[in-house]
Amino acid sequence: MDTVIKQEEDLAFDEHAVLHELKHYLPAQAPLKDFIHHNTLHAFQHERFHDALGRASRIFGYKVYLTVNEYRKLHREGRIKSDVLDRVIVEHHGINGLAGWKQKLLEKPYDNSIAPRIGSLRAHWKRDRRVDLDALTHTLLFRVLNSYLDQGIAIWRFPVWDKGFLSSVRELQRHAWSGLLRGERAIGLLMDEQVSLARLLGILVGDETLFADYLFDQQFAHSGWSGLVSVVEDQPGTLLDQRRISLKEVILLELLLEIDALDRQFPKGWKPLAEGMNHRPKPLFGPAPQAEVDQVRALWQEAFEWSWYDELLAGIQMSGGAERKALPSAQGIFCIDDRECSLRRHLEHLDHGFDTYGTAGFFGVEFHYKPEHGKFHTKVAPAPVQPKHMIKEVDKRHKLARDVHFTRHTHGLVAGLLISQTLGFWSALKLFVSIFRPSSTPGTSDSFQHMDAFASLTVQHQGLFEEGLQVGFTIAEMTTRVENTLRSIGLVKAFAPVVYVVGHGASSVNNPHYAAYDCGACSGRPGSVNARVFSQMANHPEVRAQLRERGIDIPYTTRFLGALHDTTRDEIVFYDEALLAGEQVHAHERSKRAFLAALERNAKERSRRFISIDSTLPGETVHERVKRRSVSLFEPRPELNHATNAAAIVGRRALTRGLFMDRRSFLNSYDPDIDPEGERLLGILNAVAPVCGGINLEYYFSRVDNQKLGAGTKLPHNVMGLIGVANGIEGDLRPGLPSQMIEVHDPLRLLVVVEQDPDVVLRTIKKVAATYEWFGNEWVQLVAIHPHRRSMHRFKDGAFVPYEPLLAEMPLASDVLPLLERVEDNAPLTLIEA
Amino acid sequence: MMHLILPLFVLIPFTGFVLSLLLNRRAEMALSRVAYLTAALQAALITGFIGAWALRGFEAINVKEVSVYSTEGYEFFIDLYFDRVTAVYLFMGAMLTFLITVYSRYYLHREEGYKRFFNTILFFFTGYSLTVLAGNFETLFLGWEVLGLSSFLLIGFYRDRYLPVKNSVKVFSIYRVGDVGLLLAMWMSHHLWHENITFHKLHNYVLVHDQLEAHSLVGIFISLAVLLAAAAKSAQLPFSSWLPRAMEGPTPSSAIFYGSLSVHIGVFLLLRTFPFWEHQFSVRVLIGVLGLATSVMAAGTARVQSSVKAQIAYSSIAQIGLIFIEVALGLEMLALIHFMGNAFLRTYQLLVSPSVVTYLIREQFYHYTPREHTFEDTLPKRLEYTLYLLCLREWDLDTFMYRRLWNPMKRLGRSLDALNINRSISILLPLFIVGLVALWQVDRMNDALRHALPVIMALVGLVLVLRAFTERKHVRRAITMVIMSHFWLALAISFNEHFDLGHSAIYLSGAVLCGVLAVVVINRLRRTERNVDLGRFHGHAFEHPRLAFLFLLACLGLSGFPITPTFLGEDLIFSHIHPDQLLLAGLVAFSFVLNGLALIRIYARVFLGPHVKTYHEVAYRSA
Repeated sequence: MDTVIKQEEDLAFDEHAVLHELKHYLPAQAPLKDFIHHNTLHAFQHERFHDALGRASRIFGYKVYLTVNEYRKLHREGRIKSDVLDRVIVEHHGINGLAGWKQKLLEKPYDNSIAPRIGSLRAHWKRDRRVDLDALTHTLLFRVLNSYLDQGIAIWRFPVWDKGFLSSVRELQRHAWSGLLRGERAIGLLMDEQVSLARLLGILVGDETLFADYLFDQQFAHSGWSGLVSVVEDQPGTLLDQRRISLKEVILLELLLEIDALDRQFPKGWKPLAEGMNHRPKPLFGPAPQAEVDQVRALWQEAFEWSWYDELLAGIQMSGGAERKALPSAQGIFCIDDRECSLRRHLEHLDHGFDTYGTAGFFGVEFHYKPEHGKFHTKVAPAPVQPKHMIKEVDKRHKLARDVHFTRHTHGLVAGLLISQTLGFWSALKLFVSIFRPSSTPGTSDSFQHMDAFASLTVQHQGLFEEGLQVGFTIAEMTTRVENTLRSIGLVKAFAPVVYVVGHGASSVNNPHYAAYDCGACSGRPGSVNARVFSQMANHPEVRAQLRERGIDIPYTTRFLGALHDTTRDEIVFYDEALLAGEQVHAHERSKRAFLAALERNAKERSRRFISIDSTLPGETVHERVKRRSVSLFEPRPELNHATNAAAIVGRRALTRGLFMDRRSFLNSYDPDIDPEGERLLGILNAVAPVCGGINLEYYFSRVDNQKLGAGTKLPHNVMGLIGVANGIEGDLRPGLPSQMIEVHDPLRLLVVVEQDPDVVLRTIKKVAATYEWFGNEWVQLVAIHPHRRSMHRFKDGAFVPYEPLLAEMPLASDVLPLLERVEDNAPLTLIEA
Repeated sequence: MMHLILPLFVLIPFTGFVLSLLLNRRAEMALSRVAYLTAALQAALITGFIGAWALRGFEAINVKEVSVYSTEGYEFFIDLYFDRVTAVYLFMGAMLTFLITVYSRYYLHREEGYKRFFNTILFFFTGYSLTVLAGNFETLFLGWEVLGLSSFLLIGFYRDRYLPVKNSVKVFSIYRVGDVGLLLAMWMSHHLWHENITFHKLHNYVLVHDQLEAHSLVGIFISLAVLLAAAAKSAQLPFSSWLPRAMEGPTPSSAIFYGSLSVHIGVFLLLRTFPFWEHQFSVRVLIGVLGLATSVMAAGTARVQSSVKAQIAYSSIAQIGLIFIEVALGLEMLALIHFMGNAFLRTYQLLVSPSVVTYLIREQFYHYTPREHTFEDTLPKRLEYTLYLLCLREWDLDTFMYRRLWNPMKRLGRSLDALNINRSISILLPLFIVGLVALWQVDRMNDALRHALPVIMALVGLVLVLRAFTERKHVRRAITMVIMSHFWLALAISFNEHFDLGHSAIYLSGAVLCGVLAVVVINRLRRTERNVDLGRFHGHAFEHPRLAFLFLLACLGLSGFPITPTFLGEDLIFSHIHPDQLLLAGLVAFSFVLNGLALIRIYARVFLGPHVKTYHEVAYRSA
């Protein structure tokens, strides 16, 4: 990483390098419709976790841990266990350091204040010159940016849009009587197409050694907008109505606005910032020594994490892990998503013969999806994958519903007059209904709308290409994908009559972050199309024939059946049920009942965290209320999404089948026996680390600093240009997760548990540097369980060391559901009696 | 019978408000229940009441409730009035408050400040009900003040962030400008009628007509003052830009305040005073033109807004501009229907505004056309770009107030920096005593001096407030200046007219008491906090919510908010300014307005905004 520890050797301002670094550190969240979880501090990922957090905090002022007092409270409540705490301290400071450090952790008062470096240079405008540049420039800058990028809120759009951002601004300025800039000097500089950042910084700052830090200060004063611009610059396709814009253009305009503001403020002239500055702030990226409180917090954090990890690992050790011998009555492939963890448990509980598997929810089939009548196509594959195929929806039956409340007519003067005198009273009725009898409206984001259940999909390639993409897959391509997926999850024999392929999506209303609720492996879309496409591929006779040649014999009595699980409403839709025949029909009838009962139980389990629902009510009632939440305008928490996620388990289901994990684990099926060299494992970990790790860390950072790294409370949010949310009308964009999504989350790093020989695991993760970074720098933690010896090995400082869980006993229950009715917070892990 | 029920429409919300204050802040269910049951009760009662009232033929009801203070030639009394306008406004208020409180019940779950939210909503509801029921200017002003304060509190609901606090102070300052209008209207109409006239009497055509014949300029003055108040409250030109900036609180509070109820209060004031200016043709033209100009400006501005709440705000302003025209034309029914429709429509639109992403992205996905032609495209390029940019910058209205009003005042105040507390006490205190002595000898003065002295003294009072308004460092110094300014104003008026010193005592009692309380609170705060000045926001409410509340109360009392006799005193003081003393009235009114603003600024700077301590999560300034 060529980060900025270059001040000493190289003081000259290198525009290209500084822009590159800026883009690296700015938030990387895409526009709302493409919300994809990622590590919020991705820029620091090349450093070890605790070091990186310390530096990020000192430079940018982020709060990166809980406060010492919060940890102490967790300790008093028993959620951080004393024996684990001792073990963590001894690990770091030896047995001799135990008493001293323990005293520090438990009693010594610490100041948790943060005094960041960012902003301290530019603050001199205010301190030395008494001029508040943010107040003079931000509102206009945000407005221009929002209007230029707007995807459809404004009725009268930015009048010049096809020339690139700065050229458009220039054009406006040139032809308007009163433009964005007022002063002659600033206008002259704007019109000079050759003007460089260095020249403007020369006017403003004066001292070249301060240029880079000045730009960081300036851009991080509104990191939301700058981050979004940076993302749009790199992926223009993320806006349906595309715009050319670059961070450099925005900086140029902002510098000009600043010069203009200063010219107006000081008509008699002013000197650059560096002149007359009596002391210089510390260089932004200069060395940042650690303080004791950092060590204390890091120790507490580890103790917090291992208190839960230890419980999980002990549970896995105790819960047996014996392979079931009987033939399965049904099989289901689910998304790895932590929200499917409980549904699978309930299915297995209701039908002991139901075998469930987990894999990334695009099921190994990556493509762009184009619904009928759609003007665009949308990617349904993990973020880093660039699909070359397209699947089209044809013969759709459903029509789009419309709602005049969202239309522009209500904003016109005359139309508004008529509408407010008529529709206004209709609104009153709708208001009543939406408060007392909430139901789905055109404003609802409905997972089942993603694809019409009765429409067909163009799965097989017929020689057609569209927009540079191949429409459908060839038989060979299908075979490879089906084989890869089945082998990676270890489902290669003993097929049941019906194999369910269950994607997932979410439904909510009044929720600008709706994309974050859908399937992450499908780039924030529901997984219905992928589930259905995979099933159709696996059912294709020619694919089956080829699979048979490759050693996977799927009997003709077996049928794959696509489905979509709505995680908010706990509803399911099965696709192409009509094609089932013979024994499959009965098997499906039976399983369907199990599904419905499991969904009801799942709704009940989830309801314990919802204050508006009394969990002790009958399942059916609870389920109705859970469904109603998803369409209630006034419900900011339609579901809790990935909150509380803490582990990812890669192994056979037998490893965890007997353990209640409280919806806190991502579950990826993997059979170590059929993958002795770890080839499949590599594929899995390449996805698990960034996808689950990304989700986990976004939750972590949004939780520990919901203001600077999260979006704050969503209640005052205002939608900006359909691309982001801000507070009020003048605020900066707020990337990250709103508080309603993370408030119940415990900030724990993800523990990846892999069922495989530790030597194989080590070899595997070292194959790809990007993946190894996650483990090596401990942004996710890793434990390997030897598939035969059952021994546990913790990955630490680049090597596996044996791990023995401390916890010796665990509660036992035949059905956890009744127990949960009375637990509101995280539930203790529990062994489930078979 | 009916007139016995009328006060209930104020008492019910007020009782709800008091109850909600008593509840524990963690008792979410109880808090929301009190709120929505209060509104439901009100809604049910008003519905029944309107029915019964309709059966009796819609006859206006006027009830003189209580006389708060009465002396020779002056009576301050609470008067309630009920007619069609009241019926509609009261009904809408109860209905929307009910819907919004039910809505917020779950919406605000776990929000820091759940209690504060419902307290403020009920407080607002009380003020609103009192305003729309008011039968005279005094009663109306009472409710009006409550509306202004509750708006300030709700806009600044997220008091630990910079923008909500900044904007709440901004909106408060515009409301204060509106208050000047109301104060002056009250003052002049007191002299016009020689009593605190009820709105009911304004319907007496002969009475109004005769008075206006004789004092047509006075009539116009009052109408303009009323219009100033109405325009400020209903976001008409030149005040429009406050409305979108008020959208800082939780969405439902924005919906009810700035989508529906609060923003239509200006319209209410016009409807309420309609019989008074009905026959002043020039005033009607002015109101119509103002409405039209606002409509055109706001409709254009709405067209370019790319954030959903700003778009709704400007659309609403445009419709309110049209309602102003309807009122000017005398179309009361149409205006009332328009008000209801607009209020419901904007409330609903604001509530569903977060859904706009789902809806419009889907629309775009299925119906995208590269670029739609709008009528502006047919304009000459220069005109098109200029108009676009003007609309984008909201016609520079937001900076207008600052450039034209507050900044010059700040400059003026800063030029008085030399006036530090020790020096000013050493000069002003002896002067004040001299003044008191002179007062004793007032009969011996010549007329010129006697006329000049009140103005000079009021000017001293104003200078003191100005200085307090621009103080950057010392909190207690600023408070002391405000207290001193009250004394100077009292002295000024004492010169003006022989009257009972008891009036001054009434006026000063609340101010002194609250001033002392404010200083005590600051002393308390300084015991634990080193960092207390007025140069920036400090956010001390984070650690000292109780002190913050006490200090707010003190500031309110000190600024003449109706919790101490000072409120009454203000009105009394005004009654002693003669109608020909426009300058004096202006100075006093301006001092009142500015001292409210100065105190709210002090409160905001010390207790609100991003916390100076950073051991917990603190939002970016721009967030």
